[in-house]
Amino acid sequence: MVHIKRLQESGADIIAVIGEIDASSSIELDLAIAKSVGEGFKRILVDCHALEYISSAGLGVFMSYIEEFKDKNVTMVLYGMKEKVMNTFTILGLADLLLIRADRQEAKQLANELSV
Amino acid sequence: MNYQYSIGCSLTNLKGIRDFIRTSLKGHGVPEVEISAIVLALDEMCSNLMIHAHHCNPEHMLELHIRVPKKGELIFEIVDDGNVFDINNFMEPNLDNLVQEKRKGGLGIRLVKSIMDSVEYLHQGGKNVCRLTKRVN
Repeated sequence: MVHIKRLQESGADIIAVIGEIDASSSIELDLAIAKSVGEGFKRILVDCHALEYISSAGLGVFMSYIEEFKDKNVTMVLYGMKEKVMNTFTILGLADLLLIRADRQEAKQLANELSV
Repeated sequence: MNYQYSIGCSLTNLKGIRDFIRTSLKGHGVPEVEISAIVLALDEMCSNLMIHAHHCNPEHMLELHIRVPKKGELIFEIVDDGNVFDINNFMEPNLDNLVQEKRKGGLGIRLVKSIMDSVEYLHQGGKNVCRLTKRVN
């Protein structure tokens, strides 16, 4: 079960993911990111503070946008991840393919630098 | 100590499977980080089976058995009567290919193989048994 909230701050779209993402709920994450891209946001920050669990279905959603974001010049930064969630990214080596930062401040800064 | 859980093949039941594994392994001295990895690997195995062998039919049942010995490796068995979905027959996809092809699937098998020490398939009493083992310190 996952809840997704979106809010906009200084032109960036912040997607807060609350709860657990598995094969039954990854579609919610996919729809939220697709909506953000569809609305034309170039900086997307994913707030993972309240993300308690992610399976490969959720990781696959993030992975599937990497190429599209390159083409459309969109920067996505994930932040605030708990250690247990971060471990899942690390096991697969995804921590090197995605942009991940400790907190919102760092995530915003990176997104601003990369989208200049 | 042995634990058993039986559940229909609906993806909404994955949460129940995760809770069952956590509850079963608690109090046996398995480190929290190992429990999280095991939960993840079994979630991947069960969701693969539900999707590929049972087409998410909630009337089809899966059984999950957990054996926690005093010493030695943990043993997990997933029992069903669908088509065998042997992950050992699937090549682990290359990450670059997944990214280029914008594929959302394919990472689960990689996770299971990274986390578990062995994955084998048996046929017992007319049922398929997928046995996964994990050594813990």
